[in-house]
Amino acid sequence: MSIIQIQHLYKTFGTGESAVHALEDINLDIQEGEIFGIIGLSGAGKSTLVRCMNLLERPTSGTVIVDGKEMTALSEKELRLARRKVTMIFQSFNLLMQRTCLKNVCFPMEISGVPAAQAKKRALELLELVGLAEKANSYPSQLSGGQKQRVAIARALATDPKVLLCDEATSALDPTTTASILALLKDLNEKLGVTVVVITHQMSVIEEICSRVAILDGGVVAEQGKVEDIFSDPHTDAARRLVYPGGVSIQQYPTGTHAVRVAFNGGTAYQPLIASLAIDLGVKVNILGADTRNIDGKAFGTMLLGLPDDPNDAARALSYIRAQPNVSAEEVEYHA
Amino acid sequence: MLESIAAFWAEYGAVLTDGVWDTLVMVVISTVFAYLIGLPLGVALILTKPHGIRPHRGIYRVLDWIVNIGRSIPFIILMVAIMPFTRMVVGTTIGVRGAIVPLVVSAAPFIARMVETSLSEVDAGVVEAAQSMGASTFQIVWKVYLPEAKPSLILGGAISLVTILAYTAIAGTVGAGGLGDIAVRYGHQRGITSVMWVTVVFLIILVQVVQLIFNWLSRRIDKRLDQTSDAKKFAPFDLLSRFTHTK
Repeated sequence: MSIIQIQHLYKTFGTGESAVHALEDINLDIQEGEIFGIIGLSGAGKSTLVRCMNLLERPTSGTVIVDGKEMTALSEKELRLARRKVTMIFQSFNLLMQRTCLKNVCFPMEISGVPAAQAKKRALELLELVGLAEKANSYPSQLSGGQKQRVAIARALATDPKVLLCDEATSALDPTTTASILALLKDLNEKLGVTVVVITHQMSVIEEICSRVAILDGGVVAEQGKVEDIFSDPHTDAARRLVYPGGVSIQQYPTGTHAVRVAFNGGTAYQPLIASLAIDLGVKVNILGADTRNIDGKAFGTMLLGLPDDPNDAARALSYIRAQPNVSAEEVEYHA
Repeated sequence: MLESIAAFWAEYGAVLTDGVWDTLVMVVISTVFAYLIGLPLGVALILTKPHGIRPHRGIYRVLDWIVNIGRSIPFIILMVAIMPFTRMVVGTTIGVRGAIVPLVVSAAPFIARMVETSLSEVDAGVVEAAQSMGASTFQIVWKVYLPEAKPSLILGGAISLVTILAYTAIAGTVGAGGLGDIAVRYGHQRGITSVMWVTVVFLIILVQVVQLIFNWLSRRIDKRLDQTSDAKKFAPFDLLSRFTHTK
């Protein structure tokens, strides 16, 4: 069942000649209980898109349906109520600096009129859940970045949301802390069944926790689908730029090479393809370039192999590679 | 020396203590009323400004204009200009009562601007977070803007008090009472400079005390600072460092 449906969404800032088309014809379907990633470079429109989901930004046109409610059609009061079910965490945490952690977590409950005693009890449970019960009476200024984000997560969960929007939630954190926050998000997704929408510019974040991803480029969805599909075989330039930030492209390989592009679609990560090719067939191939990743113990990515000059050997190598499970190969002939 | 001080105090002590009292009454009452007007005005400015949470170009422009006009009229001119209004409100244009009305009218726009500045220091992200949780405008003002800006609002309060204190001295020239009145009547008109200098000393002490207390209070309640910091301690003798912290 889809929890967020976005149809033909456009967002334009300004009017006339100075108008900026931040989002154009966005169509997304986010399923209940999944962790959905939206990735793009700076200025791609990610933050605007996520703010269109809780209507912090009002779309210029198009529909946003969250949990069966058409957000754009709600009155202001209805919208405020709906927002309690679509909460948000931020890159800069955005905690109230003059309130303790406990009071920060109580804040959304105060707003929605939960009795103070009940709110406090729930807030303590939530702090426990994110592993910060002992910091209940500390102020945000006394916490590290990762701890602040944990408090923010607890706060976002206080109104039992169906969707948790994460706007670059780990971008201000170091890699270790990022990993722990992502693990927490994944854990909460599994435990509470909350749908998580992750906005990021880091492919590693998508890789780590998302099941599906949409690639946003220049205000349009360039590509969307399962993370492993996009990883193993990015079709668009935007996707390739994100999957291979180093810029692996066929152009950089020696010209006139008889080559094969091998895509790994999730076989065992440590399957020694090249070595077994040499041992089993006695054919030596040259690795011209590779960018593979290990996701959950499975290999994803592509490798460009230079085939031997002998056409016979080349054909044997190609059919050998094609016979491997979870590997696909296409011949590429490149001449300048 | 001591004898001459005793003689001075015997002659002018009552006048001076009355003056201090009148000044305090004027300052405190005017500040309270000026905040009753200036605080909501400052809040309205922050809400309606172009990227505020309730942007409204018309309202913002009108309020902005009123505040600017209010702030550009010199106090002494405003005081004379609004005399009919003052008489209508408090029934007199002289004395402590007569001074309070122009003081409020003059300080309110000043306070509105200062409140606006304090509130604009509140992180826009925090306000956005509150919006994302479904907070109403009133809740955002009451639970986000005002509490988060409290340390800055308190420092602004010290500036307002000191400004109004300075205005009371000007009001003294038209018979408002208080220390300014004494300085003018005794010092300027009768040429008793000793009385004038004593009133100046009293005014300096008042300003210092107000600034010290408010600075301390602001630091004391600000949770952004380290709780164990020395800044939390009240150090009335550390005057020089306090001077550098006036906003």
